[in-house]
Amino acid sequence: MKGLAPSVAAGLPETGPYRRIIPCLDVTDGRVVKGIEFLALRDAGDPVEMAAFYDREGADELVFLDITASSDSRRTMIEVVERTADQVFIPLTVGGGVRAVADIRELLGAGADKVSINTAAITDPGLIAAGAEVFGRQCIVVAIDARYEPERRGWGVYTHGGRRASGLDAVTWAAEAARRGAGELLLTSMDRDGTRDGYDLALLEAVAASVTIPVIASGGAGTLDHLVAGLQPGRADAVLAASIFHFGEYRVDEARAHLAQHGIPVRRPVS
Amino acid sequence: MTVGAPVSIAVIDYGAGNLRSIRRALEAAGAQVTVTSDPMVVHRADAVVFPGVGAAGAAMDRLRQLGLVTTIGEVVAKDRPFLGICLGMQLLFDHQEEGNTRGLGLLQGRVHALSATVKVPQIGWNRARWLQNAAGYNEAEEEDFYFVHSYVIEPDDLADVVAVTRYGEVFPSVVRHNQVWGTQFHPEKSGPAGLRLIAGWVDGVRASAATTRERVPA
Repeated sequence: MKGLAPSVAAGLPETGPYRRIIPCLDVTDGRVVKGIEFLALRDAGDPVEMAAFYDREGADELVFLDITASSDSRRTMIEVVERTADQVFIPLTVGGGVRAVADIRELLGAGADKVSINTAAITDPGLIAAGAEVFGRQCIVVAIDARYEPERRGWGVYTHGGRRASGLDAVTWAAEAARRGAGELLLTSMDRDGTRDGYDLALLEAVAASVTIPVIASGGAGTLDHLVAGLQPGRADAVLAASIFHFGEYRVDEARAHLAQHGIPVRRPVS
Repeated sequence: MTVGAPVSIAVIDYGAGNLRSIRRALEAAGAQVTVTSDPMVVHRADAVVFPGVGAAGAAMDRLRQLGLVTTIGEVVAKDRPFLGICLGMQLLFDHQEEGNTRGLGLLQGRVHALSATVKVPQIGWNRARWLQNAAGYNEAEEEDFYFVHSYVIEPDDLADVVAVTRYGEVFPSVVRHNQVWGTQFHPEKSGPAGLRLIAGWVDGVRASAATTRERVPA
């Protein structure tokens, strides 16, 4: 800003927003599919309790994914989001079964800050722009489930929880989703998901090079070094992880300290 | 002492986004909160919070339709504390680069897009450094807050700049002119650091409401 002495900002981080650590909770009918197993929470299957725990641990954001996404389950999810927003004051993204602007409105009204759209973004790409126009593009996360297809020499996009091939190329689709108004991409490698072998770095690099919006890496995190690898320049801006935190193998603060040791800019520990 | 005295805060609802978090955060600071688009309710409140999301033009259109542009001008003229958050802060200024929209004109200055040399929008946590004592923080203190924005403000009066942050450029992340306040980040999404700011601001509202009540005995 003109007029401000340069000294007022001396020493402030120059790297832009910190890289983010985002625990993800898979939820069905209002219950976490894999609860935290290492802590005596009153109810380890309650997404609200888990969210509050990760907030205390210093998570930068949280993601709830409704993996059944039936209409009953969605109604339960609304109530879960409301209870979470009443006590957790970090950003919350909610996904699963979001098909229309009305669904987005309902989730944001309940206390979500962003919604993640997966299948509907492909079957009805106009939804991305419609959501971005009403609520701002920062609210619209497009989730991409990608799998390597040798014949394509690249990654194909899958919908319906990974069961159906869309025929789209992941890198092309990422660029189109960004152009249509997505604020962020949640990029899951189906090849790596559940393997704990690390993120698909080639996929991350290919997608990151095709967009200017933030990319969240998902699928495959098994060690803290995997988080470091995913967050190198030209790859992801944020890392999503589930099992490494849920099973207590690593705490979020430990992950943050590890990233900092490797020169990755992260938020201060929560005191 | 005025600590603990109830204060009423109107959170302006113009039909976009998550208002539950700011409501709960203000309540946690002891405020009585009404989420409203009714100009009468806004008039009666001790203080007003204007959380902004979405596009500047759409937000201003909606405020005009609801009759809230005039109302906001009136409550600010009465020196009621007014806090704009994110887009709500940017709209305090008259000149908006985004879509050539005109803002509320409560503060003097301009709004411009973040430089194309950085990823836009800025999404995530970044550090704010306080340049003066305000809103629960002291000069030279630093804390991390959650930002989501594509534009930054440029107030004419440097004395209005309470805190600064760097992203591509150095920009004001908290401003204050008399009782008009703005934060570029989302205090209601910034964990304990944000709740501390909100509590500090609500304390200021409490003091200001007590002064007003003394001037005008019931």
